Amino acid sequence: MSTILECRALKKRYITKEALGGVDLTLETGRIVGLLGPNGSGKTTLIKLACGLLTPTGGEILIDGRKPSPETNAVVSYLPERIALPLWMTAEQAMDFYGDFYADFRRDAAEDMIDRLKLEQTQTIRTMSKGMREKLQLILTMARAAKLYLLDEPIGGVDPATRDYILKTILTNYSEDATVLISTHLIADVEAVLDEAVFLREGSVMLHESVDAIRETRGKSVDELFREVFAY
Amino acid sequence: MDWTFRADAPIYTQLCEHLTLAIVSGAFPPGARLPAVRELALDAGVNPNTVQRALSELERQGLVYSQRTAGRFVTEDAEHIARARERLAEERARVFLDAMARLGLDRIQTVALLEQLRGDVEA
Repeated sequence: MSTILECRALKKRYITKEALGGVDLTLETGRIVGLLGPNGSGKTTLIKLACGLLTPTGGEILIDGRKPSPETNAVVSYLPERIALPLWMTAEQAMDFYGDFYADFRRDAAEDMIDRLKLEQTQTIRTMSKGMREKLQLILTMARAAKLYLLDEPIGGVDPATRDYILKTILTNYSEDATVLISTHLIADVEAVLDEAVFLREGSVMLHESVDAIRETRGKSVDELFREVFAY
Repeated sequence: MDWTFRADAPIYTQLCEHLTLAIVSGAFPPGARLPAVRELALDAGVNPNTVQRALSELERQGLVYSQRTAGRFVTEDAEHIARARERLAEERARVFLDAMARLGLDRIQTVALLEQLRGDVEA
């Protein structure tokens, strides 16, 4: 096992607001990790720093030992919180687009998943429902043979059946030596697929433990622990 | 198979229980090949590492064994399976007795209740 993501005293400040106030975090390969925290705790900021969409204001973040760059992005597959594909594209064009950008894109895997969804490849994204758009974006993300998947709220705003579909797609497609970081506040839904849970609170890591260790030592689920820790 | 998980115990121990039940009840008969880790993980909707951990535990208990390339199999040792059944039955019985005690039934009342229910089932 080796380290795929490492943050050392990582800081990010937006003008006046401190989003991350010194995050220390190490993720090993071959893990599914939940990045859990209330709204505004810094989950999206951390993910955007990892794929180089933001630059740190302090400390550092390393992917596979290197600073975020086009080289690290070649092994990082990122699912943004909101759909980032042009709405005029068809599913087929979106696959062409991913194929052009990423050498590790498995076109056959993507086509297979799209067929099974009974999604017409010629349908434009504009005419797809919200759930369908989310599934398409996830399929494209998981069809890459990446080392690190960064999934920002992959199950937010979709029905429970779609949630199950999304989680199973993640389980089916990640390779055993890849790490998947899933940010969400729907903890009960993802808990069983996680190896580890990271709790973010006001821009710093307050807990990083294996899910079964949390259940074993505290006799409660991660969801229950979360509700307790973040109770108002 | 029904895969539900309680909140108060590790998922891998509950997976062990589910799998033991499947072996004891004959859903996975003696000598049968178990589904692959990934397949079980997908079916149960859990992490593959958790499945791996549960299977290692069953291996340690001697309920399953692995053959390097062919996969994992249920033990053919009937006695071993019978012992697992006893263990499981005892656990469930304890939970039941606990619940009855909390309801305020003493031993005699509990046994009487069981007798009465058995009569209903036979009738």
